[in-house]
Amino acid sequence: MEIPRHWRLKKQRYGLVGEVCPHCDYKIFPPRDVCPNCGDEAKELYTFSGKGEVYSYTTVYEAPAGYDTTAPYTVALIKLEEGPMVTAQLTDVDNSEVQIGMPVEMVTRKMRNDGDERGLIVYGYKFRPVLNEPQR
Amino acid sequence: MRKVAILGIGQTKIDEHWELSLREIGGNAAFAAMQDAGMDKVDALFVGNMLSPMINGQNQLGTFLSDWIGLWGQEAVKVEAACASGAAAFRSALMAVASGEIESALVVGVEKMTDKPGREVTSALATAADADYEVEQGISFVGLNALIMRRYMHEFGWKHADFAPFSINSHENAMHNPFARLHERITVEKFEKSSMVATPINLLDASPIGDGAAAAVIVPAERVASVKGKPRVVVAGSASATDTIAVHSRKDPLFLAAAYESSKRAYQMAGVTKDDIDVFELHDAFSIMAALSLEACGFAERGQGVRLGLEGEIGPKGRVPICTRGGLKARGHPVGATGMYQIVEVVQQLRGECGETQVDGAQIGMAQNIGGSGATIITHILKAE
Ligand SMILES: [Zn+2]
Repeated sequence: MEIPRHWRLKKQRYGLVGEVCPHCDYKIFPPRDVCPNCGDEAKELYTFSGKGEVYSYTTVYEAPAGYDTTAPYTVALIKLEEGPMVTAQLTDVDNSEVQIGMPVEMVTRKMRNDGDERGLIVYGYKFRPVLNEPQR
Repeated sequence: MRKVAILGIGQTKIDEHWELSLREIGGNAAFAAMQDAGMDKVDALFVGNMLSPMINGQNQLGTFLSDWIGLWGQEAVKVEAACASGAAAFRSALMAVASGEIESALVVGVEKMTDKPGREVTSALATAADADYEVEQGISFVGLNALIMRRYMHEFGWKHADFAPFSINSHENAMHNPFARLHERITVEKFEKSSMVATPINLLDASPIGDGAAAAVIVPAERVASVKGKPRVVVAGSASATDTIAVHSRKDPLFLAAAYESSKRAYQMAGVTKDDIDVFELHDAFSIMAALSLEACGFAERGQGVRLGLEGEIGPKGRVPICTRGGLKARGHPVGATGMYQIVEVVQQLRGECGETQVDGAQIGMAQNIGGSGATIITHILKAE
């Protein structure tokens, strides 16, 4: 069990909190101390909308330890509407219906048990299809 | 910096060696390389390994192995860069000898993977990726490569079967390599029907793990005479480059920027271009990686690496011979040892020891070792003279 680590990542996992570069306005997720766009220091927090689209996806049949009870499941690279890409599981969708370009939105879901059945239940972000995309 | 030569090489067959321990496997390759070099002592030992703390419960691998092979008192250290650990250890040794700090070094890439069940090995391999932002999402190492392959197929319009020539070539070449893990020819039909690991990557896109070790002894080139029939093999170029640790952070996930950068620097150091490379041992951990490596190193345009396979150019008699001893796909991928297998195989090619898969007149060979899904990429160019 890694309780301090789970606690440390709570803003990112529950709120998709990244950063915005104060020098070039580049949006950053996951957070990092150096802006990948201009190379200057970036520490200003920024909450992402959680909206994006599927850039690529894979259905994992042979899962790592701790994830095998839910396999097969689909993991995607999500291109967030603010720019950066994030790796995340898809949920509330049939594995066979996933497509590149599919609009998705962030939701909070159970990720796994850290430890045995008495261990910590880890929650975090997953993405689901945007069902009725509103008119813009 | 002074020129460095590879004086001796050694390797073990890659397999599930239930009967052999981590130290025995590493020792066997080390002894073979020392014997080939005609030496019984070196100044320092560099060990390339990724998984020993997780799979074998053993750290301090430098001393662990130097003790086993009787190098008591000598300097020894382990170098880790995930699947690029082998080449990283070789480059560290190279810099030590080239600088004049030491006069000889033994490099051993070793991995003993089959002491733990498959899913624990899968978890251990995933530690090459970003623990907080990739692994936490349940993505496996295969899965990360699958994300890249799916997008590549989508953007450039390739079908899964178009990747078959990479695996077929590796399996064919491994038939003639007694050290290879797999000795089994495959066809496009078989390739298409293989069981799925992480879509679109199936079992025949992916390299098999295994237990194995490969080793080399390096010394200043001035100490090695060029003998008729057995040319002196020198290190002409060496470079290492990095990319973001996570695939999702790359500006272009379909381009191996670190392969581009390290091959460019290695070409420059060796004073050659890609057209001078007679044989290329690339890192085909997955069929998609073969395509991306060929593109980043200049052998194919972006999105067209697959074409070299389809046009029959990657065999030992082709224009760009790759994976001539079976590659990761069929020789096998004992992760931290793989980079040293590649070095050993290029030396074999330059010495003319490859029999049926010998590239005629091979003078210059390249080995490229990838850590993670393109995060660390190390390129070496060897030359026969
Ligand atoms: Zn910036």
